[in-house]
Amino acid sequence: MSARSPLGEIAVRKPGAQRMGFFTDTTVCIGCKACEVACKQWNDLPADGSEFRKGGSYDHTGTLSAATWRHVRFVEALAPSPALQREAEAALARGIGGNVPNIPAAGGMPSVEALGGAGGGVAEHEMVDLVGIAETEAQPQMDRWLFMSDVCKHCTNAGCLDACPTGALVRTEFETVILQPDVCNGCGYCIPSCPFGVIDRDPYDGRAAKCTLCYDRLEDGLEPACAKACPTDSIQFGPYDELVETAKGRVVALHEKGIETAYLYGAGDAPEQQIAGNLGAFFLLTEPPERFGLPAQADSPIQENAPVATATGLAAAALAVAGTVASMLIAHRRARR
Amino acid sequence: MGESHRPKGFKRLRGLPVVGRAADWGMGPHAVSKNTKTAGSRIAGLKATESVCPYCAVGCGQIVYTRDGELVDIEGNPNSPINQGTLCPKGSASRQLIQQPGRLTKVKYRRPGGTEWEELDLETAMDMIAERVIRAREDHWQTHDEHGWKVDRTMGFAHLGGATLDNEENYLIKKFFSAMGAVQIENQARI
Amino acid sequence: MVWIQGSGMAEAHPVGFRWVMKAKERGAKIIHVDPHYSRTSALADLYAPIRAGSDIAFLGGLIHHIIETDAYFKDYVVNYTNAATIVNEEFKDTEDLEGYFSGYDPETGTYDRSSWMYEGGEVASAAGQREHSTQAFSDRTGAGMMMGNVESDETLQHPRCVFQLLKKHYARYTPEMVEQVCGIPRETFLEIADTLIANSGRERTGMLVYAVGWTQHSTGVQMIRGGAIVQLLLGNVGRPGGGVMAMRGHASIQGSSDIPTLYELLPGYLPMPRAREGEVTLQDYVDRGGSARGWWANFDKYIVSLCKAWFGDNATPENDFGFPWLPKISGNHSHFTTMMRAMDGGLDGLFVMGQNPAVGSQHSGLQRRALGHLKWLVVRDLADLETARFWKDSQEVKGGEIRTEDIQTEVFLMPAAGHVEKEGHFTNTQRLLQWRDKALDPPGDARSELHFMHHLAKRVLAHYAGSTDDKDWPLRNLHWDYSEHGQHAEPNAEDVLREINGYEVATGRHLSGFTELEADGTTACGCWIYSGCFADGVNQTRRRNPGNLDDPEGGWVSPEWAWAWPANRRILYNRASADPDGKPWSERKKYVWWDEEEGKWTGYDVPDFPAPKRPDYKAADDAVGMDAISGDDPFMMMADGRAWLYSPSGLLDGPMPTHYEPFESPVDNLLYPKVPANPAALVWDRNDNPLNPPRDPRYPVVASTFRLTEHHTAGPMSRNLPWLAELQPEMFAEIDPMLAAKRGIEDGGWMCIVTERAEIEARAKVTHRVRPLEIAGRTVHQISLPWHWGSHTTSEQGVTGDTTNDLIALSGDPNVSIEDKAFSCNVRAGRRHNSSTARLAHAVDNELKLSGDHGAEEPEKAGQRGDSQHPPELEDE
Repeated sequence: MSARSPLGEIAVRKPGAQRMGFFTDTTVCIGCKACEVACKQWNDLPADGSEFRKGGSYDHTGTLSAATWRHVRFVEALAPSPALQREAEAALARGIGGNVPNIPAAGGMPSVEALGGAGGGVAEHEMVDLVGIAETEAQPQMDRWLFMSDVCKHCTNAGCLDACPTGALVRTEFETVILQPDVCNGCGYCIPSCPFGVIDRDPYDGRAAKCTLCYDRLEDGLEPACAKACPTDSIQFGPYDELVETAKGRVVALHEKGIETAYLYGAGDAPEQQIAGNLGAFFLLTEPPERFGLPAQADSPIQENAPVATATGLAAAALAVAGTVASMLIAHRRARR
Repeated sequence: MGESHRPKGFKRLRGLPVVGRAADWGMGPHAVSKNTKTAGSRIAGLKATESVCPYCAVGCGQIVYTRDGELVDIEGNPNSPINQGTLCPKGSASRQLIQQPGRLTKVKYRRPGGTEWEELDLETAMDMIAERVIRAREDHWQTHDEHGWKVDRTMGFAHLGGATLDNEENYLIKKFFSAMGAVQIENQARI
Repeated sequence: MVWIQGSGMAEAHPVGFRWVMKAKERGAKIIHVDPHYSRTSALADLYAPIRAGSDIAFLGGLIHHIIETDAYFKDYVVNYTNAATIVNEEFKDTEDLEGYFSGYDPETGTYDRSSWMYEGGEVASAAGQREHSTQAFSDRTGAGMMMGNVESDETLQHPRCVFQLLKKHYARYTPEMVEQVCGIPRETFLEIADTLIANSGRERTGMLVYAVGWTQHSTGVQMIRGGAIVQLLLGNVGRPGGGVMAMRGHASIQGSSDIPTLYELLPGYLPMPRAREGEVTLQDYVDRGGSARGWWANFDKYIVSLCKAWFGDNATPENDFGFPWLPKISGNHSHFTTMMRAMDGGLDGLFVMGQNPAVGSQHSGLQRRALGHLKWLVVRDLADLETARFWKDSQEVKGGEIRTEDIQTEVFLMPAAGHVEKEGHFTNTQRLLQWRDKALDPPGDARSELHFMHHLAKRVLAHYAGSTDDKDWPLRNLHWDYSEHGQHAEPNAEDVLREINGYEVATGRHLSGFTELEADGTTACGCWIYSGCFADGVNQTRRRNPGNLDDPEGGWVSPEWAWAWPANRRILYNRASADPDGKPWSERKKYVWWDEEEGKWTGYDVPDFPAPKRPDYKAADDAVGMDAISGDDPFMMMADGRAWLYSPSGLLDGPMPTHYEPFESPVDNLLYPKVPANPAALVWDRNDNPLNPPRDPRYPVVASTFRLTEHHTAGPMSRNLPWLAELQPEMFAEIDPMLAAKRGIEDGGWMCIVTERAEIEARAKVTHRVRPLEIAGRTVHQISLPWHWGSHTTSEQGVTGDTTNDLIALSGDPNVSIEDKAFSCNVRAGRRHNSSTARLAHAVDNELKLSGDHGAEEPEKAGQRGDSQHPPELEDE
């Protein structure tokens, strides 16, 4: 029951199936992390380890990983403050902040997290000197505390899938992208091919792992675990086209309420502005995407440069053979012990 | 899903003879694994029992899935008008509460002055506790308090209950300990 | 409008907050007033930081503003509250007596409350002597008041009517005063006040949500009273979308109060019998507890039926149904008092079931020491925890202050069954009784508490079966007849629930509700307010029909989902949702109304009023029982049928909420300079319970505690679970950048928090969410502390950390003995060097050396503790 998708990808096909997706509305997220836990519970994923992270607000899992397929980001956004603005610009000049491309002009609200670099757990020397700012500025005011549940985007143009030499990554009949652990050989090519940094290798068995959009649950007509658990329906699941319509309506409603910065990330864009050909898991944001560690532009590397990608694919294929042989040898050796 | 309007380099590439096939090497329909083909939720067909979350007092409905008496999954109950299938992180983790590392299955006993836990048979422990609570009751029985007022009680033992106990359990605690004459019966409700 | 104060609802009740978010989507305004900027604040439309412990000043400000701007809901206030009732001429306000009400006795620290009474009213019995939280039941309920001659002035102009007293009492609680005391800018305050007003009235309602952020203060009960007064002035009680919502913290904490394991209560809020001179007879108990007027006229039926449930056929009219053998309380036997008795060697044994006082009770260092003075301790839980192993690796043992070998306490740690491994029911925060079916067997020797109590009882009852001693009468005659099932002889939980519901003694027929109860011994009922939960022999708590939530005609009430006490009512006092004539205040907010054709009350919910009582029924002056409640008096549990803006009885520390500072406050009481703290509050005046002296420059920082979504209470239900532990792995303190800079504390680095009781360490979370406040011209810093960590975890991936409750002294509200969790402290950079409670060891060891003059220590003594314990030198804050 598998076939090529219109893109020529490996895909599972089932009659009557339609594209399914996630719509994550950050304006109603309460940062409770139910999605993180519900995901781990359903998928039997281990904890990543209990590490206290500096500078990440209430985020102590830090990033999406092989064992964390939903991850809640926390952004402590301060009200405009000249001193902070100066600090932010200086930070940028020093090249701090990872892929943070711009700090909003005066009137915008640079966030603690964005200044310190996307994601939690930034190195100490990169931290913005909050104390220093506090001393120079009378009282910078907390403006907003923003929460956003991040997840695999299930891209239309899926870099991971394009890069995978073994066919471990496939598109399902729901047009989601899943990684088949029983096929993956751990080559890791998918990892840099994901423009969002979603995929990670399991430190124990070396194989890649990521959100499946609960493919197993979908097969039985069940809602994915994270969306089901979400107390405030910040994560919504449903037929993709319907979700996009819902999301567009939500943006309009927010604009009417005066929240004019609301926009969709990864859905409903004009063709030339689409992110990875549109995202199966898209977001409603009220801040620039970089605030949440999302790139402003993204696509599958293979879309960007097909010939290079082909060469990469061929090389990957060769390596895949080697990898498969190696893993067979390892397995053989283990079995002998 | 709408057709993408971007140049589909890879797609075009695949259309080419030889190179296209090379690009497809190791892929193809057979790469969809057996597990993927037979995928399904692990709770399909399992016994589902309706329960209530043990954490805060919102009272979210839970559905507990078991296979042959083994706990497989706990999720929110979609029928509950309280949570409509949702759960917070604690409620979502409640399977791990039941299956937690270090879950006690035997009585542990620490003797006076002892430095380590020992294990006790349940019946033996119950007998020992009954003997001690009777002795405490008798040793500290008061018919009258310091004002000479009638009190008919024991001050020898006390109880502190948590608020994850069932009402039926609290009822038996209050009923039985009151019958023994205990008054120092307390609960998390005050704390 | 949802006004949240004293609660971090999104944080502590995330799924309850689902509905707040739904309301917000539909246009409701969300207001959060809290010392701590939490996830709740982040989602609120309006957030105001407030200095911990100053909430009554804020509430008084609201009352002042509502009255001053004439914004109260007049028809509601005049008809449904005691605003018009005239108070005794003897009454003197705090405005008259510089911070005291009339009747204060400085010797005992208590009030003689007789002058607070209505003009012409009397309390049936004076309960003068100070007995913490055990004031006569009649006091609490207003039962027993003689109402016949009470006067009122419906124009609200009489200088001694409640409305005018309220106006006078709060005259100085102006927006400017709120700004000075609470640190809330007056513009923010007025914006909140006007939002409350704009969202109340005939067409709109607003709800108040609070939790232990209000209860846990030396003025805790008065804070909630203050919130209730605001809601009554705005007409937000007994109506849909209104109310005062107590967000209770644990699965069945409501149930633990309804069917109490609380020392001063019997099931259904009947009082425990109290010792007094002479015999305590049933008649005497009923005379004191019952009421001539209002619902409590039925009091005798409830206690007699309870005795029948407990003593069965052995409870007869001749022996007063066994009532005389019930144990009697005298004074305060609450948890803290009991643990202090243990500390002093007066308690042999303690059962702890599903609790962790070594972490979760205030002054936890002292709690742990007290455990070591017991002869035996029985702990029941899912896994090993700090309370069971205090002798092994507590702070005190690890710090070398106490030697394991010297602790003579015998400990039994019993494996307990989890929530899916047994059947039974919880009562949630909205009084819903919800049944849980059993899904699987508990592992090994793990058993339910039901099993434990049943089999312990069987052993003890067998021991006393042949006794002839009169004191053993209750054990010889106890009705203990629960069927058993399964290989472990588990008692049948439904049998217990049937007894709680009640039955007709002659036939065993399940009662349909408490209106069937009799005082002649023909009915038995274990908890009258739960009667009806097994009506028709059907477990009503197991009902699982949500109905159609989208039905605009009250579908959202879901009356067939589980069962609510009393009588399956979802909103209490819902007769107030209709106007005095019985018509809904507005179509938009209709809920329960008078149906003239049918001649009864009807609506979306079970009316909380006698169904056939006409709205125009007027009670005669000499009427008794429910006949004394007029058709337009919705608050039928009160003897006067009115909601109380002013409490002539029922509270030990004043008829109206008054701003007092916490015991440990770095600032003066601006409103009543001569009376810093609640003069009637409880203090355990002991050397091992030293208080930070008020306004001591060594303790300039205000601290309060909060809960995290990712953890649960004292931690055993979350810290051992890897999925939760990784989300909040370490104890931390939230601190503002200014204070951090002054103390050299770095974000993510270590810091210590110091009080007279303890010094604990935590990771610093330096964040602008915490904001220093301007209080009366000076900057006051606040820190916020979660309190979920302790010294033990059972899991490699579990987490441990220092215990916030080690910092906090024993003190409490006088009405209910709950603790005070707004306190003062100091902070410094770095880690601690000794055990957290090493300073306490000093206090305990020097029990005799130190006088009762708590806290005021000489520098040499402080110095003996070692430099690491000494608070840093301070610049002027």
